[in-house]
Amino acid sequence: MKILVAVKRVIDYNVKIRVKADHSDVDLTNVKMAMNPFCEIAVEEAVRLKEKGVATEVVAVSIGPKAAQEQLRTALALGADRALHIETDERAESLAVAKLLAKVVDAEQPGLVILGKQAIDTDNNQTGQMLAALTNLPQGTFASEVAVDGDKVNVTREIDGGLQTIALTLPAIVTTDLRLNEPRYAKLPDIMKAKKKPMDVKTPADYGVEVASKVSLLKVESPAERKGGIKVASVDELIDKLKNEAKVL
Amino acid sequence: MSILVLADLHEGQLAGATAHVVAAAKAIGGDIDVLIAGEGVQAAADAAAKLDGVSKVRVADNAVYAHQLAEPMGALLVELAGDYTHVLASASTTGKNVLPRLAALKDVSQLSDVIGVESADTFKRSIYAGNAIATVKSDDVLKVMTVRTTAFDAVGDSGSATVEAVDVVVENTQSSFVKQELAQSDRPELGGAKVVISGGRGMGNGDNFKLLNGIADKLGAAVGASRAAVDAGFVPNDMQVGQTGKIVAPDLYIAVGISGAIQHLAGMKDSKVIVAINKDDEAPIFQVADYGLVGDLFEILPELESKL
Repeated sequence: MKILVAVKRVIDYNVKIRVKADHSDVDLTNVKMAMNPFCEIAVEEAVRLKEKGVATEVVAVSIGPKAAQEQLRTALALGADRALHIETDERAESLAVAKLLAKVVDAEQPGLVILGKQAIDTDNNQTGQMLAALTNLPQGTFASEVAVDGDKVNVTREIDGGLQTIALTLPAIVTTDLRLNEPRYAKLPDIMKAKKKPMDVKTPADYGVEVASKVSLLKVESPAERKGGIKVASVDELIDKLKNEAKVL
Repeated sequence: MSILVLADLHEGQLAGATAHVVAAAKAIGGDIDVLIAGEGVQAAADAAAKLDGVSKVRVADNAVYAHQLAEPMGALLVELAGDYTHVLASASTTGKNVLPRLAALKDVSQLSDVIGVESADTFKRSIYAGNAIATVKSDDVLKVMTVRTTAFDAVGDSGSATVEAVDVVVENTQSSFVKQELAQSDRPELGGAKVVISGGRGMGNGDNFKLLNGIADKLGAAVGASRAAVDAGFVPNDMQVGQTGKIVAPDLYIAVGISGAIQHLAGMKDSKVIVAINKDDEAPIFQVADYGLVGDLFEILPELESKL
């Protein structure tokens, strides 16, 4: 079985973001970029399925600027066999990304597609579900366990208040949640080897997909800062303040 | 304008989230219908009919909609969406699971985690885990959006909407329900509790969360945790408050032994009153806390419980 895994280049999760002075967007100049953490989990899961003999090939795909090839090289270093970069400098939103991925699914015919549940920049949590709808495939979102069993896959999902397990026919789309696995670090020899692994480069036009969206970004602002309050000296003072000042007890 | 709100169900009953989504729909304006889809959901439909501002409750009661699996739910929404300008759901795991399928099948974008309504086509949403707020305008003919429930005050329940059955039945051969394990608790649900008390790595181990439980029982509070406490294995993931867990905004949030990592603050900084209890007086949590108490939580918590 072939596994397709999608990765996104985003601002590193350790970086404190800044909003541009003209409020047009978040400032990404000279900011450390990295693979989206949920995508790392997706790559790790695909590689583990290959190591277990469930998968025979892992193909990593990314849609974005030329620099996104860095994240594809990371995926190759982590164990993906080959990569596909669909290059665009436009702001590609979930629907356009899902349309492009649907074309890739059509061409590659994977048994399983694994994506992060959301990217930590736009926080949309949409692409996997949209891809499932466009390809008419079943979806297992927010996965904390993925068990392939013949022509089915059981996915345990992290839902509000607990866990839900569903069975899906293959091929299927899976999106990862945090507890699915702990991604490995790429070893230096693997990083060297990854440089020689094949990477195809295409454009959205090659797939006949229009990237432009009908949603326009009007403004980006920093949230209202919350001001620190006071320190109280004792439990008695705390209870008194909560009762008589804040009136929440 | 006409708006369809997909209701959240919790074990077959109407979940509290829906009253908040209806509030967001009222802010947009126009006729508001609520869709209840599931199996054996008459009680949920009756509860939804009482929500203020709702004109009509549409009920799709069929085994294929049990557990609200994404594939049949998406197909049902596609059948119904033609009557509406907006389709809303809460940004719960159900709303997030189902709504993007509708958007993709109608070839429109989805706006996720909406926290403000500027007009019928312009909305505010949280990005970068709440570290930035985007104002976005949608020119799509159908607006599909998930709503962050803590950003909208729930509507009241003195309404009397009509209830009508939806006879659309779709097929589902692709997915099936296997099992569900919901955490059992006598305490309120984290997302809807008026008071939340959370523990962090400073709790030391899972057993020590008992110290929080006693206080929670006295305050009618839900018990949460930071990601550090979850990752350390103290408590299960469903207790996690933060960017990658639950976003809460109770009247009172008490953070105990939590340093205040950005990822945790993103999940609780909209609480009305924040109390921090931490032995490190430099902990970042104090920068957002209305009331800070520096000291040993193992002494403070029993004292707090006995004096409440």
